[in-house]
Amino acid sequence: MSEEIKTLTISVYTENNIGLLNRISAIFQRRHINIESLTTSQSEIENVNRFVIVVNITEIQAKKIVGQIEKQVEVIKAYYHDDHETIYTESCMFKIKSDLLFDEPQIQNIIKESNTRIVTVNREFFVLEKSGRRHEIEALRKELNVFGIMQFVRSGRIAVTKDEMKITELLAQIKN
Amino acid sequence: MRMQKVKSYKMNTETMETNKTAATKTERITGCEAIIRCLIEEGVDILYGYPGGAIMPVYDELFKYQGKIHHVLTRHEQGAAHAAQGYARISGKVGVAMATSGPGATNLVTGIADAQIDSTPLVCITGQVPSHLLGSDAFQETDIVGISTPVTKWNHQVTKAEDIPVVLAKAFYIARSGRPGPVLIDITKDAQFQEFDFSYKKCTGIRSYTPAPKVNIESLKTAAELINNAKKPLIVWGQGVILGEAEEELKAVIEKSGVPAAWTILGASAIPTSHPLNVGMVGMHGNYAPNKLTNECDVLIAIGMRFDDRVTGDLNTYAKQAKVIHFDIDPAEIDKNVKTDVAVLGDCKESLGLLLKELNANSHEDWHQEFKDLYEIEYEKVIKSDLLPEKEGLTMGEVLKEINIQTKGNAAIVSDVGQHQMIACRYAEFNKTKSNITSGGLGTMGFALPAAIGAKMAKPEREVVAIIGDGGYQMNIQELGTIFQQEVPVKIVVLNNEFLGMVRQWQQLFFDKRYASTEMTNPDFVTIAKGYHIDAKRVVKREELADAVQEMIASKSSYFLEVCVEKEDNVFPMIPSGASVSDIRLS
Ligand SMILES: Cc1ncc(C[n+]2csc(CCOP(=O)(O)OP(=O)(O)O)c2C)c(N)n1
Ligand SMILES: [Mg+2]
Repeated sequence: MSEEIKTLTISVYTENNIGLLNRISAIFQRRHINIESLTTSQSEIENVNRFVIVVNITEIQAKKIVGQIEKQVEVIKAYYHDDHETIYTESCMFKIKSDLLFDEPQIQNIIKESNTRIVTVNREFFVLEKSGRRHEIEALRKELNVFGIMQFVRSGRIAVTKDEMKITELLAQIKN
Repeated sequence: MRMQKVKSYKMNTETMETNKTAATKTERITGCEAIIRCLIEEGVDILYGYPGGAIMPVYDELFKYQGKIHHVLTRHEQGAAHAAQGYARISGKVGVAMATSGPGATNLVTGIADAQIDSTPLVCITGQVPSHLLGSDAFQETDIVGISTPVTKWNHQVTKAEDIPVVLAKAFYIARSGRPGPVLIDITKDAQFQEFDFSYKKCTGIRSYTPAPKVNIESLKTAAELINNAKKPLIVWGQGVILGEAEEELKAVIEKSGVPAAWTILGASAIPTSHPLNVGMVGMHGNYAPNKLTNECDVLIAIGMRFDDRVTGDLNTYAKQAKVIHFDIDPAEIDKNVKTDVAVLGDCKESLGLLLKELNANSHEDWHQEFKDLYEIEYEKVIKSDLLPEKEGLTMGEVLKEINIQTKGNAAIVSDVGQHQMIACRYAEFNKTKSNITSGGLGTMGFALPAAIGAKMAKPEREVVAIIGDGGYQMNIQELGTIFQQEVPVKIVVLNNEFLGMVRQWQQLFFDKRYASTEMTNPDFVTIAKGYHIDAKRVVKREELADAVQEMIASKSSYFLEVCVEKEDNVFPMIPSGASVSDIRLS
């Protein structure tokens, strides 16, 4: 198993228990592992939550971390995957002064070329939204930054894996 | 904010396979009465605790249920937690501790952390401020669920009476199943007062939780083959064998395979000390032979142990020559510290039972001779002067030897933390399992006195001897009050070296004898014990020792024995921290 540090996506299926966030984040904290991003949401199964956690660690570390996560009573199953094994994306929003839309025609081109969506426009500001890979979002931010950005926010990574994670089967098995 | 917090600890009752059958008949009672009823349903006969505002309704019910369940008032909540641990360790049952909110709850934390690292089944119940005050910094409000999260197997806050039976059923199930551990349930005062329709059903499963993985027959066969072909196999067993009640299975495996077997501190007593295949203790102050030969064996078979750093020393030089087989119930332990070649997951009672069938009979005589030879060296250089000293001062070892003689190795030894603990683990003779009760993973000074109370109350028929240092004794000395009030006939031995001896030993060896804050001016321990109406004696001379120990063991009531031992003795052998097991020192 590789000792090289990689970006790994840890997927955790859990019971719908928010107190669990503490337990899971403590596992990283104790080992001084910085969480690059963490997203939780409903999963494909009713009442089962999914955490998507991005970290830069070795596979050896990841295997141990996943073991510790799975040990938590309310965790159903945890996995780790590298970037080749997942399809992933992030999304972001920009709030920008509306004047700029007219004063800086270049902005309209940027919006078009980057496939960015306009969420809303009013007299004072307009809001853009885009999802994509980190470098695409970063490039867009740099381009728009020239004109001035009132607010910028980027979400954590969300990811689905190429391989199956047979949670439904697993849950069915436990039931029997 | 408050609302969110309440919600955040709310559990999803749908996911539990318990309390689903509505057929059980219900009864309208209050939350606090329900708590007691749940404890009784779980077979709890004794619990340890300390009252206060937020838990008072429960104490009021305890008053009504006197005779059905026995509450022991300790003198400190830490004492309650350790007493519950002692109860659990000697009986294998879940220990129960109870405390009020705020300081009561935080005082439990050390015991909970100790139970977590030593896999002790505990259910701790804490009172909490009424739910409408949560998050308001109310009087004696503390976020004990947050505080205890990293040191509990599971915890949960209850804000509605109707959740009490389901949550407590789950608490007991989680605490005792799989790899056991502590669970904390925090119950708001309003939930204690609420009335609801009570019914109880034990928890038998939680879908997200697999207590024990199934034994994989393939890996078991691979393990057996490795053991059968080994020339120099070595077993190191840990507490998993005791927790899994697999003592007989382990004994059968050892006897059939002829494999020398060593133990970790928490594994002590699973196989009798006198068993010919028992080759002693591994680890920092363990025996010379099993430590040295860890780096000579060709197959290392770890059973229900977790390769703690106090056992392995430097991992880069630990058993590198050996194929490693690891039997454990907890998948997270596999490859955590030592890379295994074969992992056999599952309950070791089952896996060892299956392993036995696959093993060839063997005796490994030459290999055993190596253990005997190294034992002789250890005997000459260390053991002889520990047990049969020629110098004037008393040694801790000879006190243990005397206790062995008087108890015939049938006592449960509850030790605290320090030099006396290492001496107790090295020299106590054990005929019966669950007899070495000590704080292993956390090394909690103050553990022994309250733990001995719990142990003796759980198993009144057993002789329980606490071996405590003069330092650790003073960390929970207030529990003499509990011993007196409850008339618990524990035997307390304080090995007084007027030092925080273990720390002093390190100062001597690694800090050029700079004894910073390790010397103690101690009170008159005998007078203190007598103040609690406990029979007490002090021994300063060798001639007095045997009689005093005999008198103590013969006593039907609690007894305190202070033995003034040599002040600056050291415990050897020793693997300096971070060194290799091969570099174990005899002096
Ligand atoms: C609560 C706690 N504080 C500090 C320590 C560090 N410590 C380990 S052993 C020891 C000395 C114990 O002294 P004593 O109880 O007299 O036992 P001795 O070593 O002298 O036998 C200390 C301070 C500890 N283990 N636990
Ligand atoms: Mg001392």
